[in-house]
Amino acid sequence: MRGMTLGQYYPGTSPIHRLDPRAKIILGILAIVCSFLCKTLFSFCLLEALVLLLVILSGIPPKLLIRALRPVLFILLFTSLVNIFMTRGKNLLFEYGIFHIYEEGLWNALFMILRITSLILMTSIFLTYTTTPIALTDGLEQLLSPLKKLHIPVHDFAMMITIAMRFIPTLAEETERIMNAQRARGVNFSTGGLIKRVRSLIPILIPLFVSAFNRAFDLANAMECRCYHGGEGRTRLKVLRYNVWDFVAILLLIGVGVGLVFANRLTFGGSIL
Amino acid sequence: MDKIRLENVTYRYDVGTPFEQTALEDVTLSIEAGKITGIIGHTGSGKSTMMKLLNGLDSPTEGKVYLDGACINATKKEWLAQGLEDEKYKDLPKNAKKKAILKDYADFHKNLCFRVGLVMQYPEYQLFEETVAKDIAFGPRNMGLSEEEIAKRVKEAAAFTGVSEDLFEKSPFDLSGGQKRRVALSGVIAMRPEVLVLDEPAAGLDPRGRNNVFESIVDYRNKTGSTIVIVSHSMEDMAKYCDRVVVMNHAKVAMVGERKEVFAHVRELAGMGLDIPEITRLAELLLAKGLPLTDAIYTVEEAREALLAVWKGGGDK
Ligand SMILES: Nc1ncnc2c1ncn2[C@@H]1O[C@H](COP(=O)(O)OP(=O)(O)O)[C@@H](O)[C@H]1O
Ligand SMILES: [Mg+2]
Repeated sequence: MRGMTLGQYYPGTSPIHRLDPRAKIILGILAIVCSFLCKTLFSFCLLEALVLLLVILSGIPPKLLIRALRPVLFILLFTSLVNIFMTRGKNLLFEYGIFHIYEEGLWNALFMILRITSLILMTSIFLTYTTTPIALTDGLEQLLSPLKKLHIPVHDFAMMITIAMRFIPTLAEETERIMNAQRARGVNFSTGGLIKRVRSLIPILIPLFVSAFNRAFDLANAMECRCYHGGEGRTRLKVLRYNVWDFVAILLLIGVGVGLVFANRLTFGGSIL
Repeated sequence: MDKIRLENVTYRYDVGTPFEQTALEDVTLSIEAGKITGIIGHTGSGKSTMMKLLNGLDSPTEGKVYLDGACINATKKEWLAQGLEDEKYKDLPKNAKKKAILKDYADFHKNLCFRVGLVMQYPEYQLFEETVAKDIAFGPRNMGLSEEEIAKRVKEAAAFTGVSEDLFEKSPFDLSGGQKRRVALSGVIAMRPEVLVLDEPAAGLDPRGRNNVFESIVDYRNKTGSTIVIVSHSMEDMAKYCDRVVVMNHAKVAMVGERKEVFAHVRELAGMGLDIPEITRLAELLLAKGLPLTDAIYTVEEAREALLAVWKGGGDK
């Protein structure tokens, strides 16, 4: 249950953990750009080397990282099949009825898989695995704060997200507690027909809503008592500060992007290799 | 006689994540039938976790929990294997035997939460029905009792906890904190459990509320002969109401015994982050002043008797 407070956050003190959340958001965006820049096998090799380096630097167990890929497994399968069968090229490898498989199709599928997996791995390493959701929201608020000039309520949105995230584990804990209390009074959630099961949710949802509303009122009161009136002129307990390594990391990743563009130009024999 | 027995019970939260935590470690413990057992320990010592295991809400990571000698964590297979050896089914033909054993397994698990009634911490958060009476009736209704029987039990349970019948048609959300607590307690007592397990039943109540709650629990035990398990971190309450005391410390059982035996180690208990009752401290101070108080004193009642004895004995003072 404690894990839920932090989402997928994996506690640690690696160099990546220590980067500023704003820098990590920028790095995440750069990582996405990098994975789309790759066009040849050689540049993909460079990209994978970068991914490997990040995995090692972050100190996150590979098992956890593989878990991050599980949700996109279906998309990977689907896009690679589409690529294999729909790509038209010069080099026909296989033909059966309406199915044609070209060499280019196979390469496209491979590149697609590499692109999506490295994109997800890099963004998860920069964002979800090494940054707490709260730090992430803070960072996002600061990055977007220029939009305040356009009267977009950036602070309010960030506050809403922070509060929502703060209460997810609390509500989950509460749900579990109420479920246990009602199970102790003989409610059975796992057997019976659909109607019976839906009915068995009532003893959970009512106390849950009651306490959620009470909590919301309490929180609103507490915030008002501390003179909260929006983001205007509000100072922070934890001030985000860039340090040298944040700039170094961003510059390095920009360098990698430029490198990838040049790597695309290099050709070894075939047009794709 | 053991009503409940825990054997080498270990419980871990969030197994296989970076947050894995051992809440109970190799706990072996017997809860005696018909007695009030108090479980004390500092916050986070694993008391609430242990309570969840007593009525099968959760299963231990390792180890077993027994109710009247029957293992509540046994799988169907284990239960069947044991049943085949059992005298009870000896005379049945093979096929019927298996059927009978499996039926008993299903019944045992269905009735477990009615036999071991668990009142969780802050039970007032479980109230949900439109009226107090309906809420108290929720457990008995889930047991499948007749309307007549349900009405009887609601009245009986309300009488135990002192919920007056004027409140029956009110919404539970309109009651005061203490009243809500008593309604929630009634909701479990109405199932007439053989074992009543209460997790910090008096937490957050004023002194009178505390006494009311504890007295209704003692009353329930005296009238029904049930086994009671009370969790608390207050030595004062434990000293007043319990027969036996179990001391938990860092996921382990640190001490078990009759109340007097355990409280004789009052200093050690203080070392485990528990508060010494005020009256015990007063008695120690009086002892230091030269008052010949002999026995260790843990309740106001005991203090009164000891002081009266001193007063009568040393008539010249
Ligand atoms: N739902 C949970 N998820 C993870 N850890 C928990 C959970 N509930 C309790 N714990 C941990 O287990 C330990 C024992 O908790 P608990 O049994 O509630 O102690 P007590 O009731 O004695 O205060 C504590 O260290 C607590 O942090
Ligand atoms: Mg507790």
